[in-house]
Amino acid sequence: MHYIPNTEEQKEQMLESIGVKNILDLFMDIPQNLIIKDNLNIPGALSEIEVKRLMENIANKNKTMVSFLGAGAYNHFIPTVVNHLLLRGEFFTAYTPYQPEISQGMLQAIFEYQTMICNLTGMDVANASMYDNSSALAEAAIMACRIKRKDKILISKTVHPEHREVVKTYTNANSIELVELGYYDGQTSIGPHKDFAAIIVQQPNFLGSIEDLDKISKFAHENNALLVVSVNEPTSLGILKSPGSFDADIVVGEGHSFGNALSFGGPYVGFMATKKEFMRQIPGRLAGQTLDSEGRRGFVLTLQAREQHIRREKATSNICTNQALNALAVTITLATLGKELKTSSLHNLQKAHYAANKLKNTGKLLFTAPFYNEFVVKVNDIDKVNDILIKNDIIPGLDLGKFYPELQNCMLICITEMHSKEQIDKLVSYCNEWVSPSDVAEQRGRAQTIVSDEVANGLKN
Amino acid sequence: MKLIFEISKKGRKAVQFPELDVPEQENLLPQDLLRGELELPEVSEVDIIRHYTALSRRNFGVDNGFYPLGSCTMKYNPKINEDSARLNGFAQLHPYTPENLSQGALQIMYELEQYLMEITGMDQFTLQPAAGSHGELTGMMIVKKYFEGINEKRSKILIPDSAHGTNPASVTLCGFESVEVKSNDKGEIDLEDLKSKLNKDVAAIMLTNPNTLGLFETQILEITKAMHQNGSLVYMDGANLNAMVGITKPGDFGIDILHVNLHKTFSTPHGGGGPGSGPVGVTKELSRFLPRPKIEFIDNKYKINYNMPDSIGRVRAFYGNFGILVRAYTYIRSNGFEGIRAVGENSVLNANYLLSKLKKHYHVPFNRICQHEFILTDKNLSNGVTTNDLAKRLLDFGVHAPTIYFPLIVHGAIMIEPTETESKETLDRFAEIMMKIKEESEKEPETVKAAPLATPVSKLDNVLAARKPVLKFEDKIIIPQ
Amino acid sequence: MKFIGNIPDNLRYTKEHEWVKLENDTAIIGITDYAQHALTDIVFVELPEKGKKVEQLKPLCIVESVKSVSDVFAPISGEVAEVNSELSEKPENINQDPYENGWIAKLKVVNNDELNNLMDSENYKKYLEGLKE
Repeated sequence: MHYIPNTEEQKEQMLESIGVKNILDLFMDIPQNLIIKDNLNIPGALSEIEVKRLMENIANKNKTMVSFLGAGAYNHFIPTVVNHLLLRGEFFTAYTPYQPEISQGMLQAIFEYQTMICNLTGMDVANASMYDNSSALAEAAIMACRIKRKDKILISKTVHPEHREVVKTYTNANSIELVELGYYDGQTSIGPHKDFAAIIVQQPNFLGSIEDLDKISKFAHENNALLVVSVNEPTSLGILKSPGSFDADIVVGEGHSFGNALSFGGPYVGFMATKKEFMRQIPGRLAGQTLDSEGRRGFVLTLQAREQHIRREKATSNICTNQALNALAVTITLATLGKELKTSSLHNLQKAHYAANKLKNTGKLLFTAPFYNEFVVKVNDIDKVNDILIKNDIIPGLDLGKFYPELQNCMLICITEMHSKEQIDKLVSYCNEWVSPSDVAEQRGRAQTIVSDEVANGLKN
Repeated sequence: MKLIFEISKKGRKAVQFPELDVPEQENLLPQDLLRGELELPEVSEVDIIRHYTALSRRNFGVDNGFYPLGSCTMKYNPKINEDSARLNGFAQLHPYTPENLSQGALQIMYELEQYLMEITGMDQFTLQPAAGSHGELTGMMIVKKYFEGINEKRSKILIPDSAHGTNPASVTLCGFESVEVKSNDKGEIDLEDLKSKLNKDVAAIMLTNPNTLGLFETQILEITKAMHQNGSLVYMDGANLNAMVGITKPGDFGIDILHVNLHKTFSTPHGGGGPGSGPVGVTKELSRFLPRPKIEFIDNKYKINYNMPDSIGRVRAFYGNFGILVRAYTYIRSNGFEGIRAVGENSVLNANYLLSKLKKHYHVPFNRICQHEFILTDKNLSNGVTTNDLAKRLLDFGVHAPTIYFPLIVHGAIMIEPTETESKETLDRFAEIMMKIKEESEKEPETVKAAPLATPVSKLDNVLAARKPVLKFEDKIIIPQ
Repeated sequence: MKFIGNIPDNLRYTKEHEWVKLENDTAIIGITDYAQHALTDIVFVELPEKGKKVEQLKPLCIVESVKSVSDVFAPISGEVAEVNSELSEKPENINQDPYENGWIAKLKVVNNDELNNLMDSENYKKYLEGLKE
């Protein structure tokens, strides 16, 4: 099935109008030895019936069962209206709103999105979106270095390991030094560091714990550095104080939790917000309010002089295409949830603590810091546990040993408003086999001593 | 039109959550961590549907009409792609699902890489970059890592003066310095100028082919040869790949690194500005530098390989914009090899046909056979009617404006890319509209200059927006006069 | 017809379209009428920091219009003594009155002789006329 409407007869007429004999004549500028002679070695065309069948077959090879995975990708309720509205072709088949007079729909939606992100994060200015949390965080690190004119960043080890990797890739390319801060009882520990542009922490952090932002903010500002807070699970903002109320300077995060499917990790949507004083340093697009020639309110992309298409090599970032449709999903979801977001967040909190409590009775929780909807449990043999759970149609939590050598046999469990008590009880019922309290004490001690600060490998080129 | 916040009514709801089914516990979090008021709108479900439906009607997409936005490849986005991406097995799949439970997703990524390798002639691909410019950045990081690997310090990247703005921005973001290469009077890279700028400090050239003037770089083989003789790499921005799929392969002209835009060539929707996807292809020699991880097919099983010691690292969490990959995969399977070649042929046929009709009326700075797009200027418009006026007037006729004032090297550029999914009838109608506007510029220039007249809002004040930025809704907002 | 704009006699000019007026050891600087017209509506001026030292013809600060961002180059070497902070609120002053209300900064000058490297009004006018549109 192809999507070319012109008939053979029309193609002939068109060639005649151009003044050439056949289509290949249009490619005469290409060195002729470079023209492909054979068919491409890819499968032949399929009808819609066949494609549908094929895609269903492939999709069915993936198993989507009850899962306790979180770790940067969260299974939340997506209101039915979201998908119906996203499928309106006026939105999803449009380009970036460079012609504002026929793009008011998207521009106003972005303006609403920016407002909601500001309100949730407690910041003054939010951009129209970034690729995802990780790239937004990397851009925040570079932005902080630009503002502070320094080339050193502190990042907590409790920030999502893959996000840290992305930050490292970006800072490597920019010759920025990246120092990783260790943790104690699941919370960032701050050492005697000086001369850094910013400190980056995640709230709640990757291990589920809620960081002491008050303390970290003071530390950052006493050192004339910026506080960058990453909100990987933004439903937490339904009950937690905003990073802005801790005087954060840049807040980034992952918007996928609001209305975007898990979709094997993408497309998601990074958000970024900052204080008014850094408005012109923020990368990416911004929608702003203005008036039309008849005095009616309208919206345009504004402060574009920061951006690549005008500023080229001096731009604040190279970002062009972002995640507009995902940001629209965030907007519609937040409009739908409204103040009920708090109810949803409370369900996350209550259910996660219900599960944790049941496990705590047998001493399996690794950390004592307050948490929202994720926590770490210690097991005897994680491979064995994973096998048992999968055999019982449960996808287990994340094996932390993959990212933290000191957290072998530790599992990060995530519980959201989507989990029923029955599902949680079923998970807990397999836990009796897992571990003894003394193991936990030993593990906790080890995690605390091993994880001190270190300069990430291969930096400071 | 009102904002969602302005239709909010205290106490109204659009959602209901079930009763909490676990025993409620008190004081789970310390008081000083808790938020006060949550500032979000209070609306009903019907409010939401009407509000965002009304917004959608103030927006224009490919589904609404012709969208000849040059270098953006605004082709039709097949609906089956959307259904594919929404299949439960894809949409509900967590990225950390164990390998043996996510074989279907890994298969999509592995096979899509294979198809892209075959279509472009590159040896390996990464699907991680989330957009074209993200791919450029990835490419530049690979360039940097390559020269570190052979212990050479090179700091400069050559960029043609017709390049897209993301190119120099990506270069800077990697700590390189960009050096401009001139275009010649045929609209191609000036080979002599390029050679004069070559020295041991040049790491790579970042070129676009067909270039942003819609022209194939006829000296591409000489260019890649000159670069390679200098020990430099060649990066190709694949934004305009639509013109060459099934016809010729960048890998065959000596391109070392290439990004493709799945949201252009491979029909995934632009979404009003994203999400996109910008896979990067490289030669065998550079494949060890690709972002981590990589999908492999070993012993009849798909695996995620994180063990890539020479990788530049990750450029994104998880594996890329997976939902977009599913759409592109669906598109390639629907089209097959025959359909993919037809895309290349017909995108160029449509562009040349439209050019043949318009060049009688509009000034064409480079009068020759074009590829998938071409450039006109406002030189033949009368009474001071400009490119911008023309663009705005087109909106009144229910078509989207072309890309304007780009590339920067052509004064008053109007860049038109019809794509292969438009019929001759649509192209004929567009040509008529263009002729009519030209006529208007002679007879009633004021109408053209006042445009747009038939859109939901009239000309918007960009200066006001930038001088007094209002970037979010505030209750007490006073609209500046 | 090409816009040349107003070119006061008592100032010196750079090829990048800055003007400078020397009063004792203080240089008042700004951008020319031609420059403000070419930039179109100026929406923002990133003023230099007081105390910043700058060399002749090196970037001093930035002016931003809707369509472009341009460096302002120092017509003469010196240290920033004062900036026109009114431009933060009213960048349009540069458009409306580039040589008076639209001044950008005052520099404490190191070397008056550098003025000889700049054009006088007559030469600047000739220079503008010779520029391609």
